[in-house]
Amino acid sequence: MKNRLVQLRYAFFLGCTIPYRVSSYEISARKVFDKLGIELVEMPDANCCGLPVDPADHEMMLALSARNLCLAEQQNLNIITLCTGCATTMRKTNKLLKTDKVMRDKINDILRQVGMEFKGTIEVKHMVQALKEDLGFEKIKNAVQRPLSSLKVAEHGGCHLLRPVKFMGWDNPEDPETLKNLIELTGAKCLDYADEAECCGYTVIAIDDKVALQLTREKLSHIKEVGAQALITVCPSCHLMFDVNQSRIERAFNETYKLPVLHYTQLLGLAMGMTPDELAIKELRVDPSSILETLKT
Amino acid sequence: MTEKTAETPSKNVEPTRVDPSFKYEVMKEHDGETLKTCFQCGTCTSSCPTARFSSSYRPRTVLRMAQLGLREKVLPSSALWLCTACFTCTDRCPQGVEVASVLRVLRNLAVKSGEVPLIYKELVASINETGYAYKIPEIRHKKREEIGLPPLPKPRTTHIAKLVELTHGSKLLKR
Repeated sequence: MKNRLVQLRYAFFLGCTIPYRVSSYEISARKVFDKLGIELVEMPDANCCGLPVDPADHEMMLALSARNLCLAEQQNLNIITLCTGCATTMRKTNKLLKTDKVMRDKINDILRQVGMEFKGTIEVKHMVQALKEDLGFEKIKNAVQRPLSSLKVAEHGGCHLLRPVKFMGWDNPEDPETLKNLIELTGAKCLDYADEAECCGYTVIAIDDKVALQLTREKLSHIKEVGAQALITVCPSCHLMFDVNQSRIERAFNETYKLPVLHYTQLLGLAMGMTPDELAIKELRVDPSSILETLKT
Repeated sequence: MTEKTAETPSKNVEPTRVDPSFKYEVMKEHDGETLKTCFQCGTCTSSCPTARFSSSYRPRTVLRMAQLGLREKVLPSSALWLCTACFTCTDRCPQGVEVASVLRVLRNLAVKSGEVPLIYKELVASINETGYAYKIPEIRHKKREEIGLPPLPKPRTTHIAKLVELTHGSKLLKR
């Protein structure tokens, strides 16, 4: 009877960054999805989505990515991801191999060596897209028990949530609205700020940390300027930049932000009446007690 | 000081080798073909998050250099690796140039010529060995069990290593 509300089932692609460094995102997502009636089916043989090696070898990325698609095809399930990087990479590979026969044959020749074949029978969606298109705003609205009306937040969707448009295309990356809508369903106000759609810089931190940290710092200052009490993210990599690296940025630039950074699933979970402990909020690096206090009143 | 520099131009005259075949090499790679339609408007550089904080990375410049055949200047350049892959340049290009992907083609060619930042060797090595981009410490597995999370996927590493080998990744591992 646990599954009384189950209407949606996905193959759950976890990726690497979440289990390696951002488990609070997974913990809160599993709790919230369960309550919303979204069933996650594990992918016990899944590998890295391939994105990290694309700069080194495009075909390696495609082969790794396609292997995951084949696994989900065998499960006969669409893939849901929490990571925007995994989403954009596997959507790209999926669409490319569905439409480009030459590339599909090339990658299938490689996959055949490990007993697999890409057939093109499933879809890949990031959580934000799935919540909008598959679950629908109405069900989320109905699940909110404790509207967070006293809270003003800002959002950072992350580049790979919506770019490149050719492979994503379900919201406008120049003026995105889905994540804002999802945030406002919790009762919180979502504030606009300068250069909302800019990159967090994560991808180049191992190459040039100065460039990466300056990008994050600029966003933090724009968010702070409009008076947001917290930042809401939907990507583990962006989250690392804003949460884990925030104190490093404060030290490097001699500035103070103290801006709590929550995963959307934590914000939604709070609005659904879950406790901070259930949502692994204590794992966040930037102390979120300022906003938790606000919610008590 | 500036006058003195102007009086000694000989030091600035370094012949640059041009390789007319370079652009064709880029264009025959997947997504590389759009290099030919770049008309140097600069929308990519003005949209680039890295370009605002880096003094060396300018996507428009890199594309022009590739069109001109300046292989020896483009491929060893460390700036090539400063692309965040945000794809803003691609989405905004009025000519439909796959700017970020052309830059990825150039990085792939740099790797083939032996120019690989350490981080990418580490990522390929980790994937080859474990299937994950990062080696997940044992403590993480234990912690998952403690808090009731399902075990992490354990991809068949023989399969992964085969895919890495078949896509030339093993060359990356040997370097």
